[in-house]
Amino acid sequence: MRRSNNSSRRQFLGLAGGAAVIGAVPIITLRRSEATPAMLASAIRNVVGAAVVQTGRVKIDVPPLVENGNTVPMTVTVTSPMTADDYVKSIHVFNEKNPQPNIGNFYLGPRAGRGQISTRIRLADSQKIVAIAQLSDGSFWSVSADVVVTLAACTEEVI
Amino acid sequence: MASALINVPKKAKRGEIIEIKTLMSHIMETGYRRTATGALVPRDIITSFTCRYNGVEIFRADLFPAIAANPFISFFTVATESGKFDFEWTGDEGFTETASAAISVE
Repeated sequence: MRRSNNSSRRQFLGLAGGAAVIGAVPIITLRRSEATPAMLASAIRNVVGAAVVQTGRVKIDVPPLVENGNTVPMTVTVTSPMTADDYVKSIHVFNEKNPQPNIGNFYLGPRAGRGQISTRIRLADSQKIVAIAQLSDGSFWSVSADVVVTLAACTEEVI
Repeated sequence: MASALINVPKKAKRGEIIEIKTLMSHIMETGYRRTATGALVPRDIITSFTCRYNGVEIFRADLFPAIAANPFISFFTVATESGKFDFEWTGDEGFTETASAAISVE
């Protein structure tokens, strides 16, 4: 009785160890095609140039915990009066760990009425999202949000 | 094949801020996925979206593989005059799709 119990425990541990090894393989392949914080910084640099990016005025609405990274609803709101001479020119959204650092560039204008856009995005890993808004006076404002993703998108195998 | 879903209010008061919601059916293949045999699936995404209000561009977006399949984009505009919204999506492999919606402004 005791002996059979022991052997089933051993089998279970063996199986668990095997599963851990199999589980580790996709993590390694994911890491290979990841954007690095340096890529994020250079993508932001491409948009803002040499301008100083200030923090504030922008808000990202995104769920803090996401079950499926394939469709994550996201809303970016910029505080602005949206008049003819004070409006949001564009909103740029970036990510830290997808295979490439850009998510989208959205070009608004004085006729938008409200500095807000919504879309659905993909996230390959738990990471930071950065939104940068350019106002009509040429200033850049940014904010970042952290999202935890349980099921990753972008690099999964096609069945 | 592809088809669009547009949500624009039929009527609005002059000067009112209205929300425009658009959904385009598209696979948005990232170009980073592999088949079981290891072959890379080529990228096939919508790269650009434009909205014109009576011929004047009011909103434009550059899309990347990080936008989810069947891209949903919503934005706002001020209802200035009766007329038509024209939407255009363009993408990889010669993808272009257009849609339009009418609005009457009082």
